[in-house]
Amino acid sequence: MCGIVGLYLKNDKFENSLGELFEPMLISMTDRGPDSAGFAIYGDEVGEGWVKLTLRHPDEDYRWEELSDNLSASLGCEIKWMQNANVVVLKINTNESSARRALAELDSDVLILSAGSSIEILKEVGLPENIASKFNLSGMKGSHIIGHTRMATESAVTMEGSHPFSTGSDLCLVHNGSLSNHNRLRDTLKREGITFETENDSEVAAGYLTWRLNQGDSLKVALENALKDLDGFFTFTIGTKDGFAVMRDPIACKPAVLAETDDYVAMASEYQALVSLPGIENAKVWEPEPATFYVWERK
Amino acid sequence: MMTVDLAAQSVRDLNKALHECKENITEKEWVVTNPKGNHNIAVGLDAEISVDIHGHAGYFCAGMNKTANVTVHGNVGQGVAENMMSGVVRVKGDASQAAGATAQGGLLVIEGNAGARCGISMKGVDIVVKGSIGHMSCFMGQSGSLVVCGDAGEALGDSLYEVHIYVKGSVKSLGADCIEKDMRSEHIAELKGLLEKAGVDENPLDFKRYGSARQLYTFKVDNASAY
Repeated sequence: MCGIVGLYLKNDKFENSLGELFEPMLISMTDRGPDSAGFAIYGDEVGEGWVKLTLRHPDEDYRWEELSDNLSASLGCEIKWMQNANVVVLKINTNESSARRALAELDSDVLILSAGSSIEILKEVGLPENIASKFNLSGMKGSHIIGHTRMATESAVTMEGSHPFSTGSDLCLVHNGSLSNHNRLRDTLKREGITFETENDSEVAAGYLTWRLNQGDSLKVALENALKDLDGFFTFTIGTKDGFAVMRDPIACKPAVLAETDDYVAMASEYQALVSLPGIENAKVWEPEPATFYVWERK
Repeated sequence: MMTVDLAAQSVRDLNKALHECKENITEKEWVVTNPKGNHNIAVGLDAEISVDIHGHAGYFCAGMNKTANVTVHGNVGQGVAENMMSGVVRVKGDASQAAGATAQGGLLVIEGNAGARCGISMKGVDIVVKGSIGHMSCFMGQSGSLVVCGDAGEALGDSLYEVHIYVKGSVKSLGADCIEKDMRSEHIAELKGLLEKAGVDENPLDFKRYGSARQLYTFKVDNASAY
């Protein structure tokens, strides 16, 4: 099963209430995925020359301040940090690759959940309701957000195996379905230098997009290639810094519904997740076509 | 007229009340408000009642319907009127996948579009779609009629038995053993009757008929390439 949901604001009207609008969407998909949940929220963008990382450590009482100080000394740059439950968001006045290198040297147990200028990924094992509450989802602000409730089929129930998966700077993916060629594809991608944290099939889809984007594909071309190279069932929702995409496989047995108003585009596995949105009664509601992707981008 | 507000009562309460009509019809006209995409609304009805659902319904709406007249003033999710036996189910909006799957009788009208696998394994139902239908529609359809006023997706009527398929628009591709057939006078009459029954204003002469070439009924090695 699994449930996927996304809310992309077309203007800034609801930016202050993004989390509040999104929380019931995520929780309504609990029946489709009760074992873990997560979301990627976009907003609070850092400026030119800065990178924003979402980090997590296996130790719940990890001393983030110490890491931040050491990182600042090692890189010789300014760092701002903010803790949310057992995750921190670091804003570092350097580029992504330097930050990653320095972090790996300081503590290889630190897991980078996302990197970019806008994205923050928060995910956890447990009921969506508890996870939303843990990270104070309803109080969050931003321009767009995508989320996932997981019913594990292809790999273990772990935080690492939950979605969203990061697919490159400011990019992430959530997946409902199962891929049949993920083992072979993982081997190919490993040879191309893509690294994987889990045995999860969806992480292979994320890794595939990372690889295509590294090869110079635009998001649109990467998605066209994904339609050819990924075998199995999938509905994907993908977040980018300025945009949001939804794609279905040719069989289209994994459900998806889209709704659009002047203020937002919303996607969900089932219509139930959209009923609490403002103006949904008059929204354009439709089912995306198979073997097709839809992209919205802020200009 | 009885109104059931699903914001205040559960789908289980609604269905229990509707099922009780089989023994004792206390109310012939039912209105359901605030369906909010809930699954299994008005399933398993077996009484001559009418149910109007105001809003969008989720999966398996009006499944297994017998004799009741169900109208959804909105869209429906997967499997609307699945395994319907008789009666009428009308969807004013769009339907998701597998509309009318395995249904054995009655009439299903979809005034918008239907998704993939519309009428999959249908066994006697008549389905009339005013819009278009998705891929693999009528897969292994066994009996009944499927009328499409718009276009049909890929692999229409794959591995078809005896369903009569009428399509006004384009057909992206035909499935294994499904072929275009002549529209004879009896088919024009049948289609005219179906369109009238569904309340759809279309000219039967604008449609093409598709059906089974009857080559896959039993496996013959000569047909292996068609599977």
